[in-house]
Amino acid sequence: MSAEAHHAEPGFFRKYLFSTDHKMIAMQYLFTGMIMAVIGGYLAYVFRMQLAYPSQQVPGYGVVSPNEYNSLVTMHGTIMIFWVAMPVLLAAFGNFLIPLMIGCDDMAFPRINRLSYQVFFLSAVVLLASFLVQGGAFGGAWTSYPPLSAKGAYNLTPVGASMWLVAVALEFVAFLLGGINFVVTTMNGRAPGMKMYDIPIVVWMIVLATIMFMFSVGPLIAGAVMLLFDQLLGTGFYDPGRGGDPLLWQHLFWFFGHPEVYVVLLPALGIVAEVVAVFARKKLFGYKTILHTAWAVWVLSFVVWAHHQFVAGIDPRMANVFSITTLLISIPLAEMVFVYIATLYGGSIRLATPMLWALAFMAEFLIGGVTGIFLGASGTDIYFHDTYFVVAHFHYTFVPIAIIAVFAGLTYWYPKMFGRMLNETLGKIHFWGSIITFNVIFIPLFITGTAGDQRRIYSYAQFAEQARPALQHLRVVSTLALLVFIAFQLIFVFNFLWSLRHGQRAEANPWMANTLEWTVPSPPPHGNFADMPTVYRGPYEYATPGRREDFWPQNVPN
Amino acid sequence: MLERFLTGASTYSQSIDHLIFLIAALVGFWLVVAEGFLFWLIFRFRHREGQPSQYITGEEKHLKRWITIPHMLVIACDVLIIVGAVKVWMNVKQTMPPAEQTVRVYAQQWAWSFQDAGPDGMLDTGDDIRTVGELHVKVNTTYHFELVSRDVVHSFCVPSFRLKQDAVPGRTIAGWFRATRPGTYDIQCTQMCGIGHSVMAGRVIVETPEQHARWVQAAGSPYTAQAANPASHTHASLDLSTAPGAEFAEVRP
Repeated sequence: MSAEAHHAEPGFFRKYLFSTDHKMIAMQYLFTGMIMAVIGGYLAYVFRMQLAYPSQQVPGYGVVSPNEYNSLVTMHGTIMIFWVAMPVLLAAFGNFLIPLMIGCDDMAFPRINRLSYQVFFLSAVVLLASFLVQGGAFGGAWTSYPPLSAKGAYNLTPVGASMWLVAVALEFVAFLLGGINFVVTTMNGRAPGMKMYDIPIVVWMIVLATIMFMFSVGPLIAGAVMLLFDQLLGTGFYDPGRGGDPLLWQHLFWFFGHPEVYVVLLPALGIVAEVVAVFARKKLFGYKTILHTAWAVWVLSFVVWAHHQFVAGIDPRMANVFSITTLLISIPLAEMVFVYIATLYGGSIRLATPMLWALAFMAEFLIGGVTGIFLGASGTDIYFHDTYFVVAHFHYTFVPIAIIAVFAGLTYWYPKMFGRMLNETLGKIHFWGSIITFNVIFIPLFITGTAGDQRRIYSYAQFAEQARPALQHLRVVSTLALLVFIAFQLIFVFNFLWSLRHGQRAEANPWMANTLEWTVPSPPPHGNFADMPTVYRGPYEYATPGRREDFWPQNVPN
Repeated sequence: MLERFLTGASTYSQSIDHLIFLIAALVGFWLVVAEGFLFWLIFRFRHREGQPSQYITGEEKHLKRWITIPHMLVIACDVLIIVGAVKVWMNVKQTMPPAEQTVRVYAQQWAWSFQDAGPDGMLDTGDDIRTVGELHVKVNTTYHFELVSRDVVHSFCVPSFRLKQDAVPGRTIAGWFRATRPGTYDIQCTQMCGIGHSVMAGRVIVETPEQHARWVQAAGSPYTAQAANPASHTHASLDLSTAPGAEFAEVRP
C-alpha cells in the first residue's frame, strides 16, 4: 500500500500555506530565506556603491545619506545572519533532512513546526516594515549597543530600533519552537536499528547547533527585553546615569553572539561532510573524531565571547583568559578541517557541482579560520578590532557557511527536493563565477583593514590616512567584484527555476548515496516512506571491501 | 610588515607589528600546507575509470597519526601565539609606565575634545588646556589618558599608534601612549555611534619639545580663564553643553 493512500492530498491552502508537512515547511523557510538573501544582497550593493563612489547616485536606489548608510549596514548584517543563515541552514535543511535521514514520517510536533514558520514569517514582516517607519530602519549596527540603541535622541531611528528588537525576539521564538522539534524528533523518531553513531553527520550537526542555540539565547532574550524597556518605558538597565551599565548588554549579546557563529557553522560542516563522502566515494575519515571535535567546539564556544570586547572597557586581565580560550577553540576546529581533508585521501573524487562547492568550502573556510587568529590574540586585536580586517575575516567564515555550503547542499539535495536535476554546465559556470569574485571582493578588504580602514564608515573623506587613493582603488575593486558576483547569482536563479520544469527527471538515488532520504522517490511523497525503513549500518559505507557496488545504503540488509 | 600599510608612531606600535608578523608567519605556513595538501589530494585522487576508492575508516592507530601529529603542532603554535599575545597585551593595556603628562579625552556625538593637564601635570586645575578635535602631545613623552564618553559608546583609535580603546559612558578608562615620531596622525572613532560616526575624526599632533612649548605658551593664557567651566571652549562651532548626552559629562564612577 502506498503512502499516498494513507494521506489524502490536501487542498492548495492547506498544502502550501498552512501545511504541517516538514518538507513544505522546509520549502517555506528556504524560499523566505532566499528572498531575504536577495534583499540583504541588495543592501550590500547599495552601501558598497556608496563606498566606491561616495555621494553619487546609486542606480536603483539614489543618493545614500549617512543615516541611511547606517541602516543599510545594520540591516545587511541582521538579515544575512538571522533571516538567511539561520532559516536556510537550520530550519530549511533541518526540517527537510531530519525526518528523511532518520527514517521518520514527519516531525514529532508538526503543529509546533507550523507555528515556528508562522512566527518566523511575522518576524520577517516586522523587520522589513521597519524600513517604512519614520526615521527608517534601525542604524545602530547589528550588535545594537546601548546607549546608542536605547535612546531615539542618540540613534535617530527610535521606531526602527524597537521594531528591530521585536523582530529579533520573534525570530528567536520561531527557532526555539523549531529547535524543540529537531531535538525531540532526532532523539525519538529514528528508524529501528539507527544507533547514535549511525546518525548522518549533518543531522548530528543540526541538532548540536539547535541545542547550542537554546543554551545561549536565553540571556540575550532577557537582555532584549531590558533594552526594549529602556527604549519604550524609560527604564535604565543600560543607562549609566541611573545606575545601569552599557557593558551588560555587550556581555549578554556576545554570550549569544559567539555561539551563534557555531550555530550556523555546524550545519554547514554537516552538509559538507555528506557531500564529500558521496562524491569522493569514501567513508568519512573518523566519524567519531568529527563528532568529538564538534562537541569540543560546542563546549568551548560558551567561554570565548569576550574576545569581541577586548578593548571594550572590560578588566584588561580578562582579555588574557579569553585570548587563551579563543585560541583553544582553534584546536578542535583545525582538527575537524584535517579530518575533512583526510577523507579525500584514497577517494575517487567526482567534481560535480555539489562537490565543487563542498571543496570550495574547505579551501575558503581555511582562510577565514586562520585570519581569526589575529583577532583572537588580544595583542593584535588592539589594532585590528573594528577594522575591515574583521569584516573580511568574518565574511570568509560566513560566506562559506551561508552561501558556499548552502549551494553545496542545495545542488546536492535539489533532485530530492524537486524531483529534477539541475543543469551541470550552468551550475559550474555559476560556481566559478561566484568563487572567483568572492575572493576578489574580500581580499582587498583584508588590505584596507590592515591599512586602518575602520568599519561602518559612510565616507573616509575626514580621515587623511584612509583617504589615500591606493585604498580607494581597493574599495572600488571590491565593489566591482560584488557587482559581478551578483550578476552570476542570476545564473543560479535561472538554473533553479528553469530546472524545476525542464530539468532531467531525477530518480530516487541519482548520486548513489547511502542515507535514507535517497531510498524514497524524488520528491518524497507526503509521509515520506511507503514502508518504514530499518537501519543496519552507518551512513558512510562506500567502497566497502567484498561488495560489488561501491555503496551500501543504510536500509539494505546485506 | 605593517609599516608598509601604515606608519607606526608609538613605542608599542613595533611590538604589535612584530606580533602580527609572528602570527602571519605561523598561520601562513599552516594555510599554505593545508591548501597545498587539499589541492594535491583533489588532483591525486580524482575519479578515474576502473580505480575504485579505498576503504579507510580513520579509526586505526597508524592512520590517526595523520590527525594527531598536526593536532600537536597546532597546539604548539597556539601556545607560541598566546605567549606573544599576552606579552604585548600586558605591555599595552595591563600595565602603565609612570606618567610624564596626563590628558583627559572626551568622546561625544560626534567630536573629540581634550583636556591637557598643562604645565603643572594635574587635571582639573587652572592651567589645563582644552582643545577640540586636536590633541597636541610632546614626542618621547609618556602620556596617561583618562577616556570618558558623554553619551554613547565610542572608541578612541589612533591607528598609527596602534592604540584603540572604547569610551564607555559612566566609566573612566585609563590608558597610555608614548609617541615616537613628530607628525600629524588621524584619530578615528571605531565604534558605531550614530549618523555622525564617519565625521567623528580628530588629529594627534606629535610635536618636538620646542614646538610643544610654543603651543603650551600660546594656548595657555586664553584658555585658563575659561577652564573652570568644563563646557566652554574657543571653538564656537560645537557647543558641548547642548550636545545630546551632555548630562553625562560629569558622570564619574
